[in-house]
Amino acid sequence: MIEWSVITDSLPQYASGLWLTAQLTVLSLAAGLMIAIPLSVMRISRKRLVAGPVWVFTYFFRGTPMLVQLLLIYYGLGQFEWVQAQWQAGNTFWLIFREPYGCALVTFTLNTCAYTTEILAGALRTTPHGEIEAAQACGMSRFTMLRRILIPGALRRALPAYSNEAIFMLHGTAIASTVTLMDLTGAARNAYSQHFAPFEAFIFAGLLYLTLTFALVGLFRLAERRYLAHLQPRKAIKGHTA
Amino acid sequence: MLHGYAPSLLDGAWLTFQVAVFSLVLALVLGLAGASAKLSKLRLVRAPAVAYTTIVRGIPDLVMMLLVFYGGQMLINMATDALEWDYVDVNPFVAGVATLGFIFGAYFTETFRGAFLAVPAGQLEAGAAYGMSRWQIFSHILFPQMLRHALPGLGNNWQVMQKSTALVSIIGLSDITWLADQAGRSTHQPFLFYAVVCAFYLAMTALSSVVFNHLERRYSVGVRRSAA
Repeated sequence: MIEWSVITDSLPQYASGLWLTAQLTVLSLAAGLMIAIPLSVMRISRKRLVAGPVWVFTYFFRGTPMLVQLLLIYYGLGQFEWVQAQWQAGNTFWLIFREPYGCALVTFTLNTCAYTTEILAGALRTTPHGEIEAAQACGMSRFTMLRRILIPGALRRALPAYSNEAIFMLHGTAIASTVTLMDLTGAARNAYSQHFAPFEAFIFAGLLYLTLTFALVGLFRLAERRYLAHLQPRKAIKGHTA
Repeated sequence: MLHGYAPSLLDGAWLTFQVAVFSLVLALVLGLAGASAKLSKLRLVRAPAVAYTTIVRGIPDLVMMLLVFYGGQMLINMATDALEWDYVDVNPFVAGVATLGFIFGAYFTETFRGAFLAVPAGQLEAGAAYGMSRWQIFSHILFPQMLRHALPGLGNNWQVMQKSTALVSIIGLSDITWLADQAGRSTHQPFLFYAVVCAFYLAMTALSSVVFNHLERRYSVGVRRSAA
């Protein structure tokens, strides 16, 4: 019953699609995390003028579908004559927004950045008070305290929640296929429309996504074992009973 | 207003809302069934539920939706051919609701499972000691307390699910995103119309968090909060 040729004929597309999906996921996660670190510090600030704009940013990106965000950036920006003028002038920054790849990368980065900011802000807020007192007693400046105590601790505590976000992001990149990008889902849609074999085309893509998901879960488990070693259940020591 | 597209967008908003609510009902049913199966002592019952949550949560919702929509059409075609019936189109509304419900049923399964486990066993033993039947224990003790533990997770799942409803526009359902796309093309003002869609989703998610906060307060009556 299975038409293997549907898969074998499109194997090169699936391979390049897999590569594009991995690229979009890793690049947007990395950039999103980098931007989220300073934003999360601003988010927990007591000053309204500092925390407010970050709140608006995360509220917008977490409250709307990523598909609509992508369409807003990819199709929407071209509506403005000013943006079109920048394209005509060859402005390198604005040219990013004319390409589907650039639009997808920017959308995904901003989206994951918003979620990561809230995850990190939550982790920063749960810093044990004693750690802050100890840092102050050592005479650390606010910046040193952030760099040495608050941020490293928060990154560790955020790891389990962040691994969920990374998996959501991997799955979220599937919508890149709606702006003509040939990611894994795009390759599957292409294979489907060539052979009208939905099961082969989409189940094969699904299996590849499943493999990527398991790989990501495995990586995060390793990271947790390393960075959250102090939270692991203790191994019983042989010959020693309490 | 909105170049005369306001009524059509309003129709789309209503459709999106319907997709979200119907999928929620289906996901809740599947979630409760899945959680019960996962907590079963029988391996034969547990195994399919484990497979369901693992596979569904490992695949993007869009791929799943395309599979159900196009694959479902193919299965129906084969069935109608075999029975020599007329050609039947897969209704994108049904396909969208079925897929979203099926996908989020897996997430709800995990939420409910954790919540069932969070109810202390002593509570159930106490019920048994009072001579309650199994159903009485479930409906009077296990379920209400489970719901309190489940609510925060359900709220999160629901927020993610509402935003996933935008995907039904890809399988051709005329929801708010699809209609905004059409309006944007014909008026050459796509930014305006997508911004309206964003505002709609923001309103829906904001309203949901108000409702869930209320529910959480209601179901936590009598629970002491730890001072934070």
